[in-house]
Amino acid sequence: MSTEHAYPDLKGHFGPYGGRYVGETLMPAILELEEAYHTYAKEPAFISELGTLLSRYVGRPTPLYHAKRLSDHLKGAAIYLKREDLAHTGAHKINNTLGQALLARYMGKKKLIAETGAGQHGVATATTAALFGMACKIFMGVEDIKRQAPNVKRMELLGATVVPVDSGTGTLKDAMNEAMRYWVGAVEDTFYIIGSVAGPHPYPVMVRDFQKIIGIEARDQILEITGKLPTTLIACVGGGSNAMGLFYPFIDDDVEMIGVEAAGLGIDTDKHAATLGMGSIGVLHGSKSYVLQDKFGQIMEAHSISAGLDYPGVGPEHALLKDIKRATYVSITDKEALEGFRILCTLEGIIPALESSHAIACAVSTAKERSSEDVIIVNLSGRGDKDLGTVFSIFDSKK
Amino acid sequence: MDRLKKTFDRLAEKGEKALVGFVSAGDPDMETSLEIIRNMCEAGLDILELGVPFSDPTADGPVIQRSSARALEKGITLETVLEMTRRIREYSDIPIILFSYYNPVFAFGARQFYTFALEKGADGVLIVDLPPEESDEMTGVWEGNELSLIRLIAPTTPVERMKTISDSASGFLYMVSKTGVTGSDGLDTSAIESYVKTLRSVTHLPICVGFGISTPEDVRAISKMADGIVIGSAFERLIENHLEDDDLPELLGKQTRLFKNATRKGYV
Repeated sequence: MSTEHAYPDLKGHFGPYGGRYVGETLMPAILELEEAYHTYAKEPAFISELGTLLSRYVGRPTPLYHAKRLSDHLKGAAIYLKREDLAHTGAHKINNTLGQALLARYMGKKKLIAETGAGQHGVATATTAALFGMACKIFMGVEDIKRQAPNVKRMELLGATVVPVDSGTGTLKDAMNEAMRYWVGAVEDTFYIIGSVAGPHPYPVMVRDFQKIIGIEARDQILEITGKLPTTLIACVGGGSNAMGLFYPFIDDDVEMIGVEAAGLGIDTDKHAATLGMGSIGVLHGSKSYVLQDKFGQIMEAHSISAGLDYPGVGPEHALLKDIKRATYVSITDKEALEGFRILCTLEGIIPALESSHAIACAVSTAKERSSEDVIIVNLSGRGDKDLGTVFSIFDSKK
Repeated sequence: MDRLKKTFDRLAEKGEKALVGFVSAGDPDMETSLEIIRNMCEAGLDILELGVPFSDPTADGPVIQRSSARALEKGITLETVLEMTRRIREYSDIPIILFSYYNPVFAFGARQFYTFALEKGADGVLIVDLPPEESDEMTGVWEGNELSLIRLIAPTTPVERMKTISDSASGFLYMVSKTGVTGSDGLDTSAIESYVKTLRSVTHLPICVGFGISTPEDVRAISKMADGIVIGSAFERLIENHLEDDDLPELLGKQTRLFKNATRKGYV
């Protein structure tokens, strides 16, 4: 791969975004983490152990599947699904938690903490902690505990302690606040596994690098299947880890990239999570990026039917990709996402996560406008079992 | 100008340590907050840290989180806090440090912030989540250096880093007594003594210790090693427990007097 897109710089800046905006107590810890990441993650032993875990434990490579019935139904571009829903624990999150936990082990840390929204990152962290024999605490908003109940049970089964967070709206942002507060007090023996390409440097670059396996595989697979690069990549964006993972290996290729944010009840209401679409530049959770905020710099509450996208911030690299127009960012409402969910269930026999359903919905409308020569790869970032409660209650109420 | 230096000099002459009080500006509302501050000043507070409320205070424990939320509910913004600074300046010469997370300052504009802060009578600024690595973007657009830049030193800060931070700071250094958020329990005075001693070896700035200091006994113990003692959550807890009481400002004054007495040498 060429080095045209050479971000971040040495201080973790993606153009004007990124950086390290944390209190002094955490600064030495993130500097130590940066150094450990640069040292260990390049070591052949590290790379080989992570590679073995990804293939034998996670089940990588995940398939790239031609969704033929869906494509035929839409009578437009061919849609391929990158099946991260088939990774162990049911989402892409495990690619990153294994990488970070392995790093924690190299650094001699035996306790893991994480924030979670949909619970997929929490489950992946709890899984990794069980695998590595590490103690694990997961911070989760009370609202998300309600709407993602099966994942709470899963984390507990795996031996993790789920800490309910009732500040703010009791969602992902608040869980991340609380995880950061806990980390400040436990920084000497605890490793904080951030689940998205957000947070202070080196998290955005580290999480991207652990997730880029998605795009590396997808690129090889599509070349093998069709003999050419795809026209378009589509992925949902909350913090943006699955999207960054898919996009990054294609960044210097002539391939269109579309990130799909959650429009909630509509971007013309105040109930959405379209941070790149509707937000402005600010600092949240340790890095500078777009955030949903008022004119006084107070962070606003996001809304989405999907807990994983319900976040008023976004990874700094996405902010840069938007500004330099390398990627475009659109948004899909709760209602449209539910349609995406339904169509994938009935036409392909795949139950997608509500997060990924946003990408599906975008792919449906995009494919219709494209020719049959075009190829769209959608990152099917997670499976939908965790969302059945939410979905049934909505579908039942409409009967 | 230089009210901070004058304050530390005056206290040194008297053999006292600085009592630094943090309050969330506008908690429980702007007028009561101003009355609280007036009472604290009259009771002998030496330095005021005026907290700019923020929606996501990740370095703060529950007490200051709630005080910040109460102020936000009353519509307090950075602009209001600057206006409060001006009103305090009408009756007091107390050094005022604006204590904020970065985002409200960034939204306001760092250059404008500098000009307004000075104009309204502030003496310094402490931005909790703006480490030296990122702070050029703020200080680089300041037109002058009259505003003291108070910086945090943590128990996790290695000694070489202490020196770097001290070199870019002014006014005083804020030594965080322990890892953890504001208002955490358990004060380890012997650990603090050792941090202060290390820090002393690399700085000429006065050292104020804060986080988890909640009783006059704590203040007395820390007064033996530091130049100042910062009290935040203990004041905010008192505010929270007496929100409905008419004598809330007087209560804060009374508590300030107790803490202030404990900073005086030989006071039992």
